[in-house]
Amino acid sequence: MSATQCAVPPTPAITPDLALRRLDDDIFRPMESFPTRRWWFAISITGALATLFVVCVGVTITQGIGTWGNNIPVGWGWAIVNFVFWIGIGHAGTLISAILFLLRQKWRTGIARFAEAMTIFAVICAMQFPLIHTGRPWLAMFWLIPYPNDQSLYQNFRSPLEWDVFAVGTYGLVSLMFWYTGLIPDLAIARERAVHPFRKFAYGLLSLGWRGSHKAWNHYEKAYLLFAALSTPLVLSVHSIVSFDFAVSHIPGWHTTIFPPYFVAGAIFSGFAMVATLIIIMRKMFRLEHIVTIEHLSAMNKIIIATSLMVGYAYAVELFMAWYGGVAAERYAFMNRAMGPYAWAYWTMVICNVVVPQLLWFRKIRRSVVLMYPVVILVNVGMWFERFVIVVTSLHRDYLPTSWDMFSPTWVDIGLFVGSIGLFLTLMLLFCRFLPTIATAELKAVMPGSQPSHGVNHA
Amino acid sequence: MLDANAKTVGMVGLYDNVDALVQAAATVRDAGHKNWDCHTPYPVHGLEKAMGIKPSPVPTVILTAGLVGLIVAIALTGGLSAIHYPIRIGGKALLSWQAFVPIYFELFVLFAALAAMASVIFFCKLGRWHSPLHDSGIMKEITCDRFAIVFETRDGDESHEDIRAMLEETGCRDIRPLLEQEDEDNSII
Repeated sequence: MSATQCAVPPTPAITPDLALRRLDDDIFRPMESFPTRRWWFAISITGALATLFVVCVGVTITQGIGTWGNNIPVGWGWAIVNFVFWIGIGHAGTLISAILFLLRQKWRTGIARFAEAMTIFAVICAMQFPLIHTGRPWLAMFWLIPYPNDQSLYQNFRSPLEWDVFAVGTYGLVSLMFWYTGLIPDLAIARERAVHPFRKFAYGLLSLGWRGSHKAWNHYEKAYLLFAALSTPLVLSVHSIVSFDFAVSHIPGWHTTIFPPYFVAGAIFSGFAMVATLIIIMRKMFRLEHIVTIEHLSAMNKIIIATSLMVGYAYAVELFMAWYGGVAAERYAFMNRAMGPYAWAYWTMVICNVVVPQLLWFRKIRRSVVLMYPVVILVNVGMWFERFVIVVTSLHRDYLPTSWDMFSPTWVDIGLFVGSIGLFLTLMLLFCRFLPTIATAELKAVMPGSQPSHGVNHA
Repeated sequence: MLDANAKTVGMVGLYDNVDALVQAAATVRDAGHKNWDCHTPYPVHGLEKAMGIKPSPVPTVILTAGLVGLIVAIALTGGLSAIHYPIRIGGKALLSWQAFVPIYFELFVLFAALAAMASVIFFCKLGRWHSPLHDSGIMKEITCDRFAIVFETRDGDESHEDIRAMLEETGCRDIRPLLEQEDEDNSII
């Protein structure tokens, strides 16, 4: 590679020669035209899967969680695997919208809205699992939020599960507000473009009468910046607290201090893989290849490599510490992971998360939609298996060999997981139909020539 | 849309170029006008200086709310665990604040973020669904790719001719009256 090629230019925010009006047309057209046949086809499949989710929730609630594969010792089965998986998916959205915003990575603007929507829907999916795991979700509110029982006793605030309530609840709400704040100016664009009076009314109502006044922009930008500043530590705290659910317990394989950073890196890793998985389809479906460019995908792939290495490092450190720590149960837990009855799951995880992403070192693969697609799909698979390995292989054989047992999922477990994917994709498809998928006003502000040139009287 | 009852409540100058807008804003600021504002499709950096508007109080509001959240969290966890129903768990102190740090942090963020959302709505004067800009159909251009300086002349202190002359001086080619629909009650409630 020559020296000039090594000096990497910053990833551009957008294809340079795009007029503002055409930008509006390109982004808002999918919302304004009748859904394409492809869209109907996609939503009929995801809708069917979402229905499966509802059916499985119904079975769980009417017949109890005995319909799941959970047993003793594997008291936390797929429900917690899925919970951690979905929460992790959401983290890329916040990373893109908040951390990359604070780092002034302008390329993020093109994918931020889509990733934020993904965060919200992933958190919605994640929250279902602990709620239905309580068995009687309609009472869960009394058990989760600080509310006394009939003995005037409150929740134990020292419990990581209670921390989770605060962390995930705050995360869901803050992500929703951050997303909506970003949407307001774009909803105003949608209102002005709307022809049908109902659309005009609905978008007008949601845009809260936004008028683009600079006095308003002045406050808005400050609030937006602070939302980003608040979300950045928040996203790191959420997966750290999720990892405390495991790390604070005494189960071999869980009780390690590397868990918080390991979980956060894994979350970002899986989240970026999911953003890539979906945005590749979205940009094709709605013909937005000139707005979400190969540069964006390539930049995401670089983050995937970086986080893959972090996750690989965490796997290695776990093994090393199990050996170096010299605790027999801990050593056995890791031997059992790599060579026990669930070794296939462990090696699936290692291959998908550590080996396969190394292909992205090749520029050709990183910059080819067709070649990188299998990689990001496998990362999604691998990250689900990571949570499966952590939850199931640690629990199924702990200190007491007489209570060892195997775990196998039932059709309800499988239905809930596949159904939650359906629910997630259905929400994504509805989002693409009804809301602007690209942060338009924000993108206009970072386009070349959109800001005043120097030499203007600013005094 | 507008009909015969429309009333002129101000003047609007529309610009196609962001540099022209910033320069015009500086001119208007120096001329000492009061009821005016710039409307843009996206945040234009440096415009607040050209317009001479004060820094936003939003950060102070958000920090205050965050600190309130922190105090609420300290009171909630400590009050319930150590005073209301003291239980010793795992031989730890009743007020083992270290174990409550995650809740302190989360409630700080939650309260601050709620305040951020509330400040967007309050300070940006959102929740007012009707405005002369919507009535006049100028919002369609502002949300897309044009920049506007808007003068409100409801109080009658400034004449439309003076404003028009000044806008023309700044190089504005598209000057329109700001119209408001009169016949219906414009308040939302």
